[in-house]
Amino acid sequence: MSSTYPTIHTVGLSGVLVTFAEALDDTANRAALAFRAEVDAQGWDWVHESATSLISAFFRTDLAQHPAAEITGQLTELLATRDWFAAPLPEGRKLWHIPAVFGGDLAPQLDEAAEAAGLSPKDAIAELTSTRMRVITIGFAPGQPYLGTLGEHWNIPRLGTLSPNIPRGALVAAVRQLCLFSNDTPTGWRHVGQTAFHTFRPTSDTPFPLSPGDELLFHATTPEDYKTISANNDDGTGGATWEALS
Amino acid sequence: MTAALKVLQIGPAAAFQDLGRPGYIASGLTRGGAIDTLAVHEGAALLKQSPDCAVLEIASVGGVFEATGPLRIALTGADMTAKIDDATAAWNAAHQMEAGQRLTIGAARSGSYAYLHVGGGFDAPVRMGARGGHMSAGLGKLIAKGDTLPVLPDKGSRTGFYLPRDARFDGGTVRIVPSVQTNHFPPEERTRFEATAFKRDPRANRQGIRMEHDGEGFAAQGMRTIVSEVIVQGDIQITGDGTPFVLMCESQTTGGYPRIGTVIPADLPRMAQTPAGGKITFQFITLDEAVAIEQKDAKARAGLAAKAQPLVRDINDIPNLLSYQLVSGAISAQADPFE
Repeated sequence: MSSTYPTIHTVGLSGVLVTFAEALDDTANRAALAFRAEVDAQGWDWVHESATSLISAFFRTDLAQHPAAEITGQLTELLATRDWFAAPLPEGRKLWHIPAVFGGDLAPQLDEAAEAAGLSPKDAIAELTSTRMRVITIGFAPGQPYLGTLGEHWNIPRLGTLSPNIPRGALVAAVRQLCLFSNDTPTGWRHVGQTAFHTFRPTSDTPFPLSPGDELLFHATTPEDYKTISANNDDGTGGATWEALS
Repeated sequence: MTAALKVLQIGPAAAFQDLGRPGYIASGLTRGGAIDTLAVHEGAALLKQSPDCAVLEIASVGGVFEATGPLRIALTGADMTAKIDDATAAWNAAHQMEAGQRLTIGAARSGSYAYLHVGGGFDAPVRMGARGGHMSAGLGKLIAKGDTLPVLPDKGSRTGFYLPRDARFDGGTVRIVPSVQTNHFPPEERTRFEATAFKRDPRANRQGIRMEHDGEGFAAQGMRTIVSEVIVQGDIQITGDGTPFVLMCESQTTGGYPRIGTVIPADLPRMAQTPAGGKITFQFITLDEAVAIEQKDAKARAGLAAKAQPLVRDINDIPNLLSYQLVSGAISAQADPFE
């Protein structure tokens, strides 16, 4: 364990943040997930809601009502109870199988992403469809997963300029991660695949199908199959199936 | 039957709002809700009802509404011209409307966001526990000409009250507290930030407010190594070119740009209402100072109903004077308005 991490900071008057590392790191991600779950299990009345991002856990509260010093004290005590960096992944995880079209008109930046990763387009697709990607965080937009982690050669930078309006369901790549877009959005990440999977289903009983810790495996499909799936996609499933992991 | 409001004309960015939809940060959805929550509380105080009632948020340009039956309204937030039929209707006040009467709301004279409240609240559909729209998430929709806005049954009866206006509509000093990355900014950058006169960019929206200024952009040390982190309302992100963005109620839930500080909740209404081109300066205060301000602000919000005063009207402006009951309706300044 690092000597300076974890750290505890106040975030405006809206909460406290426990950060487990300086850079993205798998053990810090697991630590954040496990620590958030443990704080939630404590049932402290000052915790109005909680969330994790890549390497940290956030606990929302009203610091005008709950003194930061007391909260920090409680969190520090709980942090000292175990080695959070050795924590297992959360329970109840799922493995999702999601059809995606790679390259072509539907995902026009596959070739340049492959080149940036030093791969042929064919080899790039082989890696993108054989690597089980884990949801390391949900964020930025509703239900939107950040997925890690591809091999070191996929540590490709973001584009210098934003691509306007990449569509919902787009699979985009940068910095060894994939992201599956919830909405149409401008982005500096490269558009390598296209799915019909909706990560936010506001009229459903389960508006957010994915959870941190879930794993995703993409299956290459044809543009024709993608069109058929999209035409029958009222529930937003996009042809995906899942199995229990733990 | 409960009355409704028919929309005869409407500006481009009007939507139902409330106090937001907490509990979904972990799923990537920020709270949303009215961008000026103080205005929501003021409307509730004027109509003596719960601040959880859904309201209509109107950005910059008003509209024309026709009542299908008797209803109570209140107008708060950005000061816009308002008329009920041909009579001027005071702003920051509650009024009675009868079937067939038209409410005309004009352009903003100060501020950015106006609120139309109705007795009982609008019957906007409840989605994931709240009625407010969250446009960037695709929840709710903008109100359009031709819509009929349904109203829930009204248990109250008080109209003809106003609240004194505060000074949050024309910019000014906004207080901020240090945040997670404040120390990444050298002390001289923080000092320069406080000394800078900013102007609100006209393209501001519910997601964020870009602040313009003359001179160099602001820079943090190690800006490229910051891992994306949770965003809270009021966070001031410094983007790659050194421009500050104040993140508002409908922002994304995470961000990778460093944040120099966070606007305290009590000053968010001022931030929201500062009109395009309005001047803002930021002032660092300590967390302890912010806590004291926040506690005082919560008390002031709870005391709004007791501060409401009867509108004094020229009797010559009241054509149906004899239909008014002039002797009842006394209120106690100590009573809980929601009991």
